[in-house]
Amino acid sequence: MTTPVPEKTGFLRIENLFKRFDSVLAVDDVSLDIGKGEIFALLGSSGCGKSTLLRMLAGFETPSSGQIFLGEQDISKMAPYERPINMMFQSYALFPHLTVWENIAFGLRRMGMQNDAMADRVEAMLELVQLQNFASRKPHQLSGGQQQRVALARSLARKPQLLLLDEPLGALDKKLREKTQFELVNIIESIGVTCVMVTHDQEEAMTMASRIAVMSHGRILQLGSPTEIYEAPNCRFVADFIGNINLFDGHLRHADASRSEIETPQGYFTLGHGSSQPHGMAMSLAVRPEKIRIDKLPPEAGSAGSANVVQGVVSEIAYMGSYSTYVVKLSDDSVIKVTQTNRSRNHEGDIVWGDRVYCFWDTQAGVLLTA
Amino acid sequence: MIQFASRLVERLRLGRRTVVGIPTVWLWVFFAIPFLILLRLSVTDMGEQLNPFAPLLTHTEGGGWKLNLKLSHFVSLFVDASGHWGDTLYIEAYLLSLKYAFWTTFFCLVLGYPFAYFMARASATARPILLMMVMLPFWTSFLLRVYAWKGILADQGVVNNALMAMGLIQEPIQMLYTDISMLVGMTYVYLPFMVLPLYANLVKLDIRLLEAAHDLGASPWKAFWLVTVPLSRSGIVAGSMLVFIPCLGEFVIPSLLGGAENIMIGRVVWDEMFSSNNWPRASALAVMMILCVVIPLAWYNAKVARQAEEERT
Repeated sequence: MTTPVPEKTGFLRIENLFKRFDSVLAVDDVSLDIGKGEIFALLGSSGCGKSTLLRMLAGFETPSSGQIFLGEQDISKMAPYERPINMMFQSYALFPHLTVWENIAFGLRRMGMQNDAMADRVEAMLELVQLQNFASRKPHQLSGGQQQRVALARSLARKPQLLLLDEPLGALDKKLREKTQFELVNIIESIGVTCVMVTHDQEEAMTMASRIAVMSHGRILQLGSPTEIYEAPNCRFVADFIGNINLFDGHLRHADASRSEIETPQGYFTLGHGSSQPHGMAMSLAVRPEKIRIDKLPPEAGSAGSANVVQGVVSEIAYMGSYSTYVVKLSDDSVIKVTQTNRSRNHEGDIVWGDRVYCFWDTQAGVLLTA
Repeated sequence: MIQFASRLVERLRLGRRTVVGIPTVWLWVFFAIPFLILLRLSVTDMGEQLNPFAPLLTHTEGGGWKLNLKLSHFVSLFVDASGHWGDTLYIEAYLLSLKYAFWTTFFCLVLGYPFAYFMARASATARPILLMMVMLPFWTSFLLRVYAWKGILADQGVVNNALMAMGLIQEPIQMLYTDISMLVGMTYVYLPFMVLPLYANLVKLDIRLLEAAHDLGASPWKAFWLVTVPLSRSGIVAGSMLVFIPCLGEFVIPSLLGGAENIMIGRVVWDEMFSSNNWPRASALAVMMILCVVIPLAWYNAKVARQAEEERT
């Protein structure tokens, strides 16, 4: 579902934004440049400052310093009701005393729209989210998924230049969430509105957004496409936050333009990419569980996958249906996770609990992170 | 033995019955039965003995029964001695009571709503203090507090003296025993009854709804009228009822702060009862007043219940 990063940037520009609450720095020197039509995600755990940043875009919080430009206009001091920005709130904040129709018309009435034009617009929005038959219902008479669609229709009705989504799928159950993710992206892309979303759910961010900013303690740690963030995390926090990862802490022993080697208590590992860090520097090797292969027999010497091998004993197996996760205890009592797709329905030769196994990966599987 | 007793309690569901039973008994003993007595008194034909409890059923000499129902007490509330409709002292007092109750409710709402609103928005530490301040007047006797207003509003009272000292007026303004003193006194006394239900309602209001309104282009003032006020309707209704209903029959405040013209219905009932000794007419007045309150209330409740029912389906 990932869309290419738009060429044109500079539609929404955030420059050196700070927000201080008493003694806490909620947003710490954030600068971003978001293109027109882009779906951009702010990803982080609760309290990382992503919601504060979103609220400053909406105008509910004023920045302590820094500026926000939308197009050519500096909007950082504008009142929320004057900004050409609309937000879909977490758990929706639908007006309980108004019907679905009136909820969607609320923003249009404030624009002083003529009745006929307004009715047309509301009908169009209802059609967009396929709720034509629910126009006269009150929000509490709708299911969670329907409420979410009303909230989307309401925030899109005014044709905002920027759409903000605050945990757009957080209030839905898992099954519905997956279905809604694609619906939501389709609707947003069909309209072509620029969109900034906030989420703590990495899957949600990765499926919906074209670019992701991972935040922690008010700062942006890494900015990139979902693939970049997943395959080439730039620090331990990002590596650990997005998906599962095995980290081997050690010291850099050799580094040239195309090869680096790291010595760790678990073994001596080689990587097929260089490092500019000095020899002896404390570093970690990060390898995703699905990049590691697991077998009861050692790999053939000299084969591509056998560059890095560790031995251990299977201490836990989590069978997830389509794949299994193996927790392998290495000789020094540290554990690594390995996932393997369950290709065969025949489980006779399977690895079982207590088996002595070999885990191995090639030189391209891991990334080096500064510790 | 104890086991047997506890089983008996369980069997008869004594716990639940007590909880529901006490208020039921209370309402019957202190509302329903007195009301029935009033109703019975209001149709008594007192006869020559002026006996308010004269029997409703009497034996006739022929051995039959005679029903002595007299509805003229009700009629006389609306028709004066010369047969004119709608021009009696009683109707005047009713209308005056309605007027005072209405304006008191209005002023309580106008003063109480902003207060309740800011109290609900105050920081969590300030709220109990503000709430305490609303309740504080209840710690002093109601009579004392109303009496104090005499000292404030009198010709030589605090307000007039202050205004004269500042040179704003030459002569004292007559405030005591006028509409001013009546409304000031009643608004003062009933304000907490408006503030508390409004506060209880407004404190539950989800701030994000106001943010959503701002986000959709509503200025703070618009958001207040379009979101806060409609969502606090039940609080407004509850507060208004708590003020309006007791105001309608208010007796003490008009007697202390009202003048000869400010005769409210409570005073009229008193006069009929204790000056004219006309218990049936006093009862008829009281019954009419209760109906005036109960019927609109029942209508409103039915409407709200119907609305809730419609929304559920």
